[in-house]
Amino acid sequence: MLNEDGSLLTIGVLALQGSFAEHIAALKKCKVNTREVRLPSDIEGLSGLIIPGGESTAIRTLLQVSGLDKAIIKAKDKGLKFFGTCAGAILLSSKIEGESNYSFGFIGAVVSRNAYGRQLYSFEKEFDIKNIGKFNVIFIRAPKILYVGKDVEILARDGRDIILAENDSCLIATFHPELTGDLRIHKYFINKISKNKNAKK
Amino acid sequence: MKITKRMKVNYGLAQMLKGGVIMDVTSAAQARIAEKAGAVAAMALERVPADIRKQGGIARMADPTIVKEIMESVSIPVMAKVRIGHFAEAQILQELGVDFIDESEVLTPADNRYHIPKLDFNVPFVCGATCLGEALRRIKEGASMLRTKGEAGTGNIIEAVKHIRMINEEIALLKGNRKLQKTFAVRERVPLDMVKDIAKNQKLQVVNFAAGGIATPADASLVMQLGVEGVFVGSGIFKSSDPERRAAAIVEATTNFNNPKILARVSSGLGEAMPGLDIKDLDIKYAERGW
Repeated sequence: MLNEDGSLLTIGVLALQGSFAEHIAALKKCKVNTREVRLPSDIEGLSGLIIPGGESTAIRTLLQVSGLDKAIIKAKDKGLKFFGTCAGAILLSSKIEGESNYSFGFIGAVVSRNAYGRQLYSFEKEFDIKNIGKFNVIFIRAPKILYVGKDVEILARDGRDIILAENDSCLIATFHPELTGDLRIHKYFINKISKNKNAKK
Repeated sequence: MKITKRMKVNYGLAQMLKGGVIMDVTSAAQARIAEKAGAVAAMALERVPADIRKQGGIARMADPTIVKEIMESVSIPVMAKVRIGHFAEAQILQELGVDFIDESEVLTPADNRYHIPKLDFNVPFVCGATCLGEALRRIKEGASMLRTKGEAGTGNIIEAVKHIRMINEEIALLKGNRKLQKTFAVRERVPLDMVKDIAKNQKLQVVNFAAGGIATPADASLVMQLGVEGVFVGSGIFKSSDPERRAAAIVEATTNFNNPKILARVSSGLGEAMPGLDIKDLDIKYAERGW
């Protein structure tokens, strides 16, 4: 994927904690430039940012102490696109059920943390994903997306619960495509960025 | 080794903890401090290793009341320790619903021949390893995560460093050397396909953390730079003079392990670290427990 000037797209991965190395590896296989993001200055020049799985409370704390939280909000206003998996989806959502904890609110979605229960209730199962097809989904102490706003498109469900959704700026998954070796959802995100860039031209 | 669906989600939880700090806690109040400081998991214990060393006697699994209290007080994953080989303690912890079990040499071993058959469980296990052979035996038994067996309760990092370097060097030696891979598999009593896999990928099959002796942000940075994927801090936090600040500093240091500027800032003004012990003065070396 290329930028307007012909250079490769660069997608950052928030590297404060969690499965960032897995996301970087997946992006590299998709032939885009990648960058680990630990400091506000690391956001400069990115077309997309992945917020990985990990512990959302730990990542939130580290976002605040590094000042990355403010830098990310600024970048969103300039058109940065986001992909959040599990903890990342929680942080991008507009409301965490039963908590007053901060989240970015970049996508109209109410999430419930650890909604399936503790680790013994983590599981792997195949689901049908809109525009993508059958996908092996790994849930680890996963959240559930309970409701979404009108401008949010639902891409996959587990019964009543939403597991993959998107709006203009964000793609959120309650599961971990970065652990499967299946690149289709990462490619979907990359296409989302480049489509948007082309539309702007 | 065939990776089952259960193993995949258990390996996966360990992957989610990467780049993070797992802290020993002995009460709900300490667990909340750990969570607020940015810990990725809490290790529920009755006594921290420094106290186990001092008080002596037989160290066992914590009272389920304490474990449950800690599980209810925080939303991060909760781990708890069982004695080496004590599968009945592990069954109890699985029943309680802990997120991870540490089969730990810090507690008094219960079996002199067998570690816990971890594939019989759904809950994931983390085990200690001083060298590659030990690491592979634990993975084969079903461990989903490994850690070094640094001398817990000493505030002395040398043993953890020794184990990290040992495993790194053994992995490097195996690269491209088929003959050595075969000898190694036989000598260490581990399947050849596991050894080949490591030689090829130059990496263990599961996540590996440092544990034992980490007391400062600089210690966390040192072990991360040597290649581990996260750290356990035991006595280092709640035996220091300012646990809140030290916990937060070690968390920040683990994320920014290769940024000296941030390390200098978070290392400043933390107060007294835990009192330390020299390895040669120890009555019991925990690393010698298990094999």
